[in-house]
Amino acid sequence: MAGAFDHLKETYFQECAELLDSAYVQLAALEDASADDETIHAVFRAIHSIKGGGGAFGYDRMVGFAHGLETLLDLLRDGRVAFGRELGALLVRATDALSDLVAADRTGQPVAAGFEDALLAELAQAALAGQSAASPAPAAAPPAPPVAPQAPATAYRIHFVPHADLFASANEPLLLIRALKRLGTASVTADLTRLPKLESMDPEHACIGWTIELVTDAQRSDIEEIFDFVTDHCDLTIDAAASCEPHQAAAISRADHAANGHGAQAAAAPAGSGADRSRAPARGAMSGERRAEAPAVAQTVRVDVEKVDRLVNLVGELVINQAMLIQLGSLLPPDTCAGLIGGLETLSQHLRELQEGVMAIRTQPVKSVFSRMPRLVRELSAQLGKEARLFITGEGTEIDKTVIELLADPLTHLLRNALDHGIERPDERVAAGKPAEGSIHLSAEHRSGRIVIEVSDDGRGIDRERVLARARARGLLAADAQPGEEEIDKLIFLPGFSTVDVVSNVSGRGVGMDVVRRNVQALGGRISLQSRAGAGSRFVLSLPLTLAILDGMIVAVGAESYIVPLANIVESLRPKRSDIHAVAGCGDVVAIRGQYIPLVHLANYFDVPDAENDAARGIVVVVEHERAGHVGLVVDELVGQQQVVVKSLEANYGAVPGIGGATILGNGRVALILDVAGLHGGATAGRRAEARCPSAADATTSAIQ
Amino acid sequence: MADMNNPYGTTRATQGGGAATEARHQFITFTLGAEEYGVDIMAVREIKGWSATTPIPGAPRFIRGVINLRGIIVPIMDLRARFGMELTTPTRMHVVIIINTGARTTGLLVDAVSDIIAVAPDAVRPIPDMGSDTQENLLSGLVAMDDRMVSLVSLDFLIGAGDLRNAGDPGHAGAEPAPLLAA
Repeated sequence: MAGAFDHLKETYFQECAELLDSAYVQLAALEDASADDETIHAVFRAIHSIKGGGGAFGYDRMVGFAHGLETLLDLLRDGRVAFGRELGALLVRATDALSDLVAADRTGQPVAAGFEDALLAELAQAALAGQSAASPAPAAAPPAPPVAPQAPATAYRIHFVPHADLFASANEPLLLIRALKRLGTASVTADLTRLPKLESMDPEHACIGWTIELVTDAQRSDIEEIFDFVTDHCDLTIDAAASCEPHQAAAISRADHAANGHGAQAAAAPAGSGADRSRAPARGAMSGERRAEAPAVAQTVRVDVEKVDRLVNLVGELVINQAMLIQLGSLLPPDTCAGLIGGLETLSQHLRELQEGVMAIRTQPVKSVFSRMPRLVRELSAQLGKEARLFITGEGTEIDKTVIELLADPLTHLLRNALDHGIERPDERVAAGKPAEGSIHLSAEHRSGRIVIEVSDDGRGIDRERVLARARARGLLAADAQPGEEEIDKLIFLPGFSTVDVVSNVSGRGVGMDVVRRNVQALGGRISLQSRAGAGSRFVLSLPLTLAILDGMIVAVGAESYIVPLANIVESLRPKRSDIHAVAGCGDVVAIRGQYIPLVHLANYFDVPDAENDAARGIVVVVEHERAGHVGLVVDELVGQQQVVVKSLEANYGAVPGIGGATILGNGRVALILDVAGLHGGATAGRRAEARCPSAADATTSAIQ
Repeated sequence: MADMNNPYGTTRATQGGGAATEARHQFITFTLGAEEYGVDIMAVREIKGWSATTPIPGAPRFIRGVINLRGIIVPIMDLRARFGMELTTPTRMHVVIIINTGARTTGLLVDAVSDIIAVAPDAVRPIPDMGSDTQENLLSGLVAMDDRMVSLVSLDFLIGAGDLRNAGDPGHAGAEPAPLLAA
């Protein structure tokens, strides 16, 4: 039993994480003014669901806080509190605090006492401000005496005596009473004095009055709201009674029974005013349960990733089988086998959809990890006395779920680093002629079959003098070495390197960028850094999409096929012999529109026998990537363009320079996917051309620009 | 000495008796030319016919390339070449034994699969010191079966699961890392 309960808890906390993420996203939308009515409802629902589940597990402290937040959100969605930037910030901070409280319940390590009190007071204050600015209470309700909104647990005595025609307006007392009970502790007494004898009773007339003693921390307006729909059909008084103990539970259940009985009577009544009656529960639900359960059920299923992987592989096999069948089918005489051929075509369409669907299961937008970052920046900049704004783009970029989960740590570290070392203090920034508020950009995009994540700031950039001095002091660099700028920047990735003299608890804990680099490499990724003194730094993470679909160009080299990621390809051409020049000792270059582009003979590079080595008789595929500029790959021919599933070569074999992965072609054979950056980084003709022949290298550089 | 070199513990099995079958290890045996070798049956995932591979650039010569095994990319090792002989000229009659070690899947190209044998632990003889060569690291023991000799292949060494290799054999503790990854 305990195990089952733990399992439920675990599910609840997972849901909490999702709900909080969604709340953050919606709150951000509110701030961007890209919100509509649904946005605030979504936030409300998320918080409400967290509160509801927490109540079930007895996390009272968290529930209490969630309730405070929910109260404000409720006012907001009713338009009784106006949204402003300040309020937005408050909501975000409150959501932050709520996630801390949830985390505390999850780990069983409670947060400090009084942690949430100040925020709760602020929330109440904001709710109160909205309250006083709000329009007067509904006409039929008695004037509301000023109520301190955060006065904990005020007791109200509510007399609710329905007029006989209450049911005719499609209302139901039971639902109203249930709604009241959701506000706090209610004890209900039924007043049966008006109940006529059975033989003279008209089941369509309401004749039971109610006295409800409600102990709640909700406001009077919340109570009035519940009765909004019935004010014209009842006598209603709401008195703030002196603090009173709730009645016995027995009283509640008795009243509930009575109300139930009444409901049953109403339902059993002849269908005279059938139309009205049938709407009754719906109306009641609208008025009574408005503050309660909105349809917040997350439409998700949790599935083991391994199961999905098996499915993906199986579907891949199916696609290959189908390709073979199609090929065989094409050999059949079309006039006698039309049905079979048509069927095969339909099959292939369905399979394609199936494959897309299955692949989509594993991918997720990076939003789920990006959305945690604004909080980090907010809290850290406050802690460091800096001002910074985080701009996020490309959060909809989808990558494999497993990669997303492992992204959080390196990203957190990079952002910390940007704030701690990059962004200067406001006064320094102003002195340097920059806006006091620093900006940090976080972006994600797909680039040549990888996801490229950039973290850039407009801070002070890397202090190369200090880096150099530090590296020498730590013996990471020979005293007489004269590294170039790029090499100096790379020093910060060395283990144990830290330029902050005072070890802060922010990013200088002795574990630094080397951990980031290790994390990224563990993901099969690369990290690079560009920095300009005084203008900022930019970290570029390039990560593989372990299961991404890649748009590729299949090229033939001898008997082998390779996939060139389409995103890398600039153009392909058959050069004239006169355009190909051998640069002494550097390999060949091809002149394209006045630019000299170094050539890489794939046949040489991969040692493929019987392939075309003469660029003038083969085809040159010009590819580019962010650092190496343009390179021409010499291949025999272009076979065709195809979406391919990227498979890991590393899982069972190991990393191969110049190869980014493998895929399975329609004929069931494996084809290797080129990694253009890795290709160029190796001992290629292009590399040599760049290193030794300034003219060719310059030509390449100008070609990029 | 025999016990020290015996990676399977010291349980004694009755010679030729069926009572101790549970203590025996089963091996799948295969041939490379005239020689017979064995691999632990528990590591064998499946046996399939030879199919064309895709060569990997820069791989050692005994890696014939990779194949598609139901969606997984699996490297194929030419065991004959790995044992220092010439490359196999594969035909449709050649066989690939798919091996699982840890999380890794590898195929071994061999001439033919011949038998399944059950071997009592104490029937495994240590490799005699030939004073040479990696051959002794690649094998974990010898088994005499009637008039045949079966060399047991050390998969951990062959496929390179670093720490696992020859854990029970002090003679091989300092063996160099498996060369598969060195490429």
